Amino acid sequence: MSRTLLSVERIDARHGLLQAVREVSLTVVEGETLALVGANGAGKTTLLRTIAGAHRPAGGRIVFDGEDVTHVPAHRRVRIGIALVPEGRKLFPELTVEENLRVAAAAGRPGCWTVDAVLEAFPLLQPLRRKRAASLSGGEQQATAIGRALMTNPRLLLLDEVSLGLAPVAVEGVYRSLATLVETGTTIVLVEQDLGRALGVASRVVCMLEGRLVLEGRAGELSREQVTEAYFGLEAGAR
Amino acid sequence: MSWVNAVIHGILLGGFYALLATGLSLMFGVMRIINLAHGSLALVGAYMTFLVVEHVHVSTYLGLLPVLAGALVVGYLLQRTMLERSLRAGELVPLLTTFGLLIAIANLLQYFFSPDVRGLSAGGIGTANWRVSGSLTIPWFDVLVLGIAIVVLGGLQLLLRYTQLGRELRATAADPDTVELLGVNARAVYGRAAAIAVATAALAGVFYAMRSNFDPSTGPTQLIYAFEAVVIGGIGSLWGTLVGGIVLGVAQTVGARIDVQYFALAGHLVFLAVLTFRAIRQSVGLRVLRRVEA
Repeated sequence: MSRTLLSVERIDARHGLLQAVREVSLTVVEGETLALVGANGAGKTTLLRTIAGAHRPAGGRIVFDGEDVTHVPAHRRVRIGIALVPEGRKLFPELTVEENLRVAAAAGRPGCWTVDAVLEAFPLLQPLRRKRAASLSGGEQQATAIGRALMTNPRLLLLDEVSLGLAPVAVEGVYRSLATLVETGTTIVLVEQDLGRALGVASRVVCMLEGRLVLEGRAGELSREQVTEAYFGLEAGAR
Repeated sequence: MSWVNAVIHGILLGGFYALLATGLSLMFGVMRIINLAHGSLALVGAYMTFLVVEHVHVSTYLGLLPVLAGALVVGYLLQRTMLERSLRAGELVPLLTTFGLLIAIANLLQYFFSPDVRGLSAGGIGTANWRVSGSLTIPWFDVLVLGIAIVVLGGLQLLLRYTQLGRELRATAADPDTVELLGVNARAVYGRAAAIAVATAALAGVFYAMRSNFDPSTGPTQLIYAFEAVVIGGIGSLWGTLVGGIVLGVAQTVGARIDVQYFALAGHLVFLAVLTFRAIRQSVGLRVLRRVEA
């Protein structure tokens, strides 16, 4: 039996008056890949940012590896092993690819992910090493963003919409590298709009609707229809 | 020949302005704070060195060392206590905070040191000249200041380009929220930037005090020159700051060559001309863009 790495307990998160996440509870066990699906505005990004410490929850608790991290600032969560690849990639445009990767050395978590290991895992970055991040294509930027998060040698990797705005061939590349990550036993929570992709890579799927969790199950046991219904809130019984 | 003289002296004077402007440029580049108290902090550095020299009886150059160390600490604390809070309250608040600091420092200095004019000894180099020809002499002290400005700016450039702190500084300047997701404590990085900025201010203040007399009201005047050097050189660029300082210095000495009264005025006019030119270029650029879009 694998042990729980992350548990989110009745988390509430707001943007001003708007309540984006309502009493969400979920657990992630070591080594699994959890896909978080749902329509735009369902609260997926806010939930991910709350787990990473980039958003302050209005209520609830976040426990990582047995430690309550609810009030731990983002940069210290990275140091204990939580890394987020933010939506929109958020690279430092004036820094080179290699410099972008090296910023993550601040996390002070040595491990198997080094600049060379990242360049080996994402061969497309090899020739771009000294190029400014702003000059890269979307797929190359996404690979850099994922590589940058890996440089912190995370125990839990949170991926927010890694395929958004990418050409299909680039999405293919990103997911191929994700599959390798899953094989190496990295625990992953990913937010994905594309249901097929999410069901393909994940071992478990949770669906959010208007800030709540409405469906949860193993990827193999859920049908596409079940997820689609929960996704759009078509059937109250989906809960 | 005296025109050549004026230009050379202007370049050397520009070295001093660049040294003074370095910290201002760094703080604006990294955390978008225009530190109006920068000149005043430089002046505090001069007064503190004055205290050390008076009590410990060492040369100005030695007395400067503990003051630089102190300035690093003051800069860090200033950022972590006052400026960090001001930044959270909005973009304009740090401007007001540092303005308040400017006034408070001037009054405190007046209280503790009286309005008397002071000076710091530059040692033998302060009066040594290199006589190139009959009408052209170059003061070694000014060459030293220009050299220090180049070393400080160059060192800072190397730090930004090749060290982990440098990468963190540049990344934090670009996106303070995202660096947090990579384990960087953005506030501590800001603190370190302020520490470096205040130390360079103190360094510049001491060299100012060695070249001319100072009193508690000197800070704000020097701030204006530093500010002009930063703006002329292009905001946020370190080598640009050196160029800006030199352009300002040359404008002043050439202006003074025409008539001694034009020293400060010529510098301000060049500053104004650069600003106007940029404004025109920007509006022309916008008009061209609109026409392309239409």
